[in-house]
Amino acid sequence: MVLYSLTFYLFSSVAILSALMVISAKNPVHSVLFLILSFVNASGLFVLLGAEFLAMILVVVYVGAVAVLFLFVVMMLDINFIKLREGFLQYLPFGALLGIVLVIELGILFLTDRSSNIYNNQTSLQPIVNEVENTKMIGQILYTEYFYLFQICGIILLVAMIGSITLTLRDKGGVKRQNIDSQNTVDASTAIEKKKVKIGEGI
Amino acid sequence: MTYDILITGLIIIAQILAVVVPVLISVAFLVYAERKVLALIQLRRGPNIVGPFGILQSFADALKLITKENIIPSGSNKIVFILAPIITMVLSLAGWAVIPFAPGWVVSDINVGIMYLFAVSSLGVYGIIMAGWASNSQYPFLGALRSAAQMVSYEVSIGFVIITVLLCVGSLNLSKIVLAQQTVWFAIPLLPMFIIFFISALAETNRLPFDLPEDESTLVAGFFTEYSSASFVLFFLGEYASMILMSSMTVILFLGGWLPPFDVYPLNVVPGVIWFTVKVIFILFLFIWVRGTFPRYRYDQLMRLGWKVFLPFSLFWVVATSGFLVYFDMLPS
Repeated sequence: MVLYSLTFYLFSSVAILSALMVISAKNPVHSVLFLILSFVNASGLFVLLGAEFLAMILVVVYVGAVAVLFLFVVMMLDINFIKLREGFLQYLPFGALLGIVLVIELGILFLTDRSSNIYNNQTSLQPIVNEVENTKMIGQILYTEYFYLFQICGIILLVAMIGSITLTLRDKGGVKRQNIDSQNTVDASTAIEKKKVKIGEGI
Repeated sequence: MTYDILITGLIIIAQILAVVVPVLISVAFLVYAERKVLALIQLRRGPNIVGPFGILQSFADALKLITKENIIPSGSNKIVFILAPIITMVLSLAGWAVIPFAPGWVVSDINVGIMYLFAVSSLGVYGIIMAGWASNSQYPFLGALRSAAQMVSYEVSIGFVIITVLLCVGSLNLSKIVLAQQTVWFAIPLLPMFIIFFISALAETNRLPFDLPEDESTLVAGFFTEYSSASFVLFFLGEYASMILMSSMTVILFLGGWLPPFDVYPLNVVPGVIWFTVKVIFILFLFIWVRGTFPRYRYDQLMRLGWKVFLPFSLFWVVATSGFLVYFDMLPS
């Protein structure tokens, strides 16, 4: 139990600290690296909750794919840090408003009586041993009760994918492409042309 | 109470060492084996001076590299520059936590073992990107960009191959995946997936013919051009350790892990760990054989193979396998 709490405090404190560093780091690449660190720690917290499937999906999808592309883009950008700081005061009121709303919401969540809420059951926050694998549990609920919502999510993703492809696809002329099939079907009769060359004239 | 924690901690450390030390030693011998096999393919002798048959060559090389001066370029981003090889090394060793070498021989037998392996192998790209960016030099940066695109492309088909195997097993636990192959190894019914997985594993570990991130004839040494001494050793160890990790993953998914080829008398008395090792060595030999035989792919060919050949084909196989399993009512309960 002591080890459990120790690992919880380790993961959560590193997650919060790295989240702070994301917004305060001067170098945008460092920000993205701290973002990745906070993702990894969040997945550690999921493991502690016994939600191992979610933890692994978080690492595979966000850290393994999304953040790689994010890092890719940030690395390529030539960002002017001084210009980046200029807009700080301009956006401060809006940012502060958002922050205050979030804090109030969190406060309401903490102060309301949650005894009737099933999610407040303290024992459910501990890993449950000898239960059904939670991959199976997610599958059982996702493809039955939430089937339509799941399909709608799929369609939204598909639309987003097609949209981004149509936005970026442009057919520039003059691009040389390799046609593998035509290359493989080449034989002597199509590749070689015989010509009679007269002496002193050339082709 | 405190003694309990101490003892559990010591047991965990002992388990970690019992896995990591053999892995590091096998990395040394893998490097030696690679040089020997390549030499045989090219009709040379290979290393034959240090120790009998040159068998201690890798240890001599490691000693030489570690005693050299560690140079950090003045224009580099120092913290990230030093972190990159460490991350590569740690990630290539972290995956071993879930690998079952024999029944019960596993540090952590978690339910989502295969997902964990997939996650760890997809994180491997960070060491390379960080190295390329922090070096603040053109060749490493190009290597890092190539690597990022390459690993993201091939992960997709690896994911589909894993899903196909999982459909036949009904569990994400690695030991259960091995036990599901008692009647027949998945390499036989899922042969095309086995081949796709092997080729994607080559791309995922940046091995020839897909070693474009380090492409020595165009990029000097790719992402580790600026690295020297101990940090270079860490990259080198990391690359080979992740090669062995991917081979063990192939063995577990397709070649029946620790199971003997046939469950008959002289074969089934051999301990499982020996079968496992023999199979991993076979796959590693294939890795080296491919390196000695095939020319390097061009970058656009690599992308074409990943997105236009492997992705549609593996997607089709996922649908076909699940359709087959449902139609013949063979889905695992």
